[in-house]
Amino acid sequence: MKRILVGIKRVVDYNVRIRVKPDGTGVVTDGVKMSINPFDEIALEEALRIKERGGAAEVVVVTVGPADCQQQLRTALAMGADRALHVVADGVVEPLVTARVLLKLVEREQPLLVILGKQAIDDDNGQTGQLLAALWKRPQATYASKLELHEGTARVTREVDAGLETLDIDLPAVITTDLRLNEPRYVKLPDIMKAKKKPLDTLTLGALGVEPRVQLKSVSWSPPAQRQKGVLVKDAAELVAALKQKGLL
Amino acid sequence: MTPRILIVAEHDGARLNASIAKCVTCASAIDGADISVVVCAVNAAAVAGQVAQLAGVSHVLTLENPANEPALAAVLAPQIAALAAPYSHVFGPSTTFGKDLMARVAGLLDAPQVSDIMAVESPTRFRRPIYAGNAILTVEVQAGLKLVGTVRTASFAAALPGAPAPIEKAAVNVELPRHTRFVSVSAGRSDRPDLQSAARVISGGRALGSAEGFKILYALADKLGAAVGASRAAVDAGYAPNEMQVGQTGKIIAPELYIAIGISGAIQHLTGIKDARTIVAINKDGEAPIFEVADIGLVGDLFQIIPEIERLI
Repeated sequence: MKRILVGIKRVVDYNVRIRVKPDGTGVVTDGVKMSINPFDEIALEEALRIKERGGAAEVVVVTVGPADCQQQLRTALAMGADRALHVVADGVVEPLVTARVLLKLVEREQPLLVILGKQAIDDDNGQTGQLLAALWKRPQATYASKLELHEGTARVTREVDAGLETLDIDLPAVITTDLRLNEPRYVKLPDIMKAKKKPLDTLTLGALGVEPRVQLKSVSWSPPAQRQKGVLVKDAAELVAALKQKGLL
Repeated sequence: MTPRILIVAEHDGARLNASIAKCVTCASAIDGADISVVVCAVNAAAVAGQVAQLAGVSHVLTLENPANEPALAAVLAPQIAALAAPYSHVFGPSTTFGKDLMARVAGLLDAPQVSDIMAVESPTRFRRPIYAGNAILTVEVQAGLKLVGTVRTASFAAALPGAPAPIEKAAVNVELPRHTRFVSVSAGRSDRPDLQSAARVISGGRALGSAEGFKILYALADKLGAAVGASRAAVDAGYAPNEMQVGQTGKIIAPELYIAIGISGAIQHLTGIKDARTIVAINKDGEAPIFEVADIGLVGDLFQIIPEIERLI
């Protein structure tokens, strides 16, 4: 069966203003809104569109994390994923651990494509897709803004510093999404009800044979340096004079 | 034990990318670092010559292979991983080239990666931005592990020219995959300075109103010898191509002078410019958040102000 595996992560909603705890032991997450990582939502949307065009038969969504992550899996099912896999992990999950989990699931599910967000908006690591592709020894097309599937291959347009790069890759492969790939759909209420009946399986790291290694210790968190407040000038002439005074013109 | 650092050079076949001189400065901040830079290319001589001039570099290695250009992460990563054996750290720039490649290298090496290094505290301890720069995290890698890193180039000055380093041909015995094939890259305009390395940058926002409206920025930029950027809102509205986007989802830059014109200053834009030496904001809304970070602000109609500035300089 032509299957697409989509990885999602539960993160602090992108509209929440992030504050570092005064004691520097993390950022404030108590009582803040949590959502599917926006880039992962784009990944899921792309998978659903491929399925709707007949390019895939099943979309499986997976996350690695604590029990609360099931909320985001239910949202993903409501968006249209066929089934969900929750790999339970409490505490820090490093990108290499996530990639190893995904590799185990890839071996079980044999997907045509794995689509992930290019990065999570909490830790901003941007590693998991490339790590999985390396471990799986398959192609990667990161920062995708356009994806066309052909028989056994895909043509992917990537957002790179120089502009847009196009690659042809053999399938199966890993795609990571950029913002312009699509605009995710809104979830409708009846879909939320239907999603409650869709299968959501729970797995453990131990059952998958993945060790929850921690190789990078988070030592401390601090707020970013603030810029000094500047001055207002009243017109273009004053602006040019101020720039000349600073030696910038 | 002397930290041995391998930096992967980004280049276009002829010129070394400006991000590499900044990676060298980052690596030099590690006490006692012995720094090598590898150039993967078809013909590496020209780029290797440029790398050799950077102060702090002790060896330039070349890996020549017809498959090495245009650069593909899937093709370069096994070569870098094979070369990485004697090194304690393997660094690349936090550009799309480096971000795409280095994590694949980390996967092949089964090594942890620190993304977007903005400061070095010790050979094993680094600072990096998280939550789009709204928090700074200090991370410590387990001692004795090989570490892969991407360097947030806006956080480091470029390494200065120094005594030339020796250039050596390297060789690795790895099979290169054929599952990934380059098709094309859209070429942007090249007659203006590069956005990521320009000393002066002028960016426009949605207030420019149209692609036509952006033309007054180009005129001012050409007079100032500046690169031109755009806010995400302006890019999304179709006023400017995506490669001009400045901000968390575009390019993160650190010019001497940044002039934000008609940009309100969404947090994701501010993340991309906060390392600029001097920020100038021109906006008709005096309450716009861009004024919170601007060194010099001017409230008014940009369509009157820009031509006036152009006349005055």
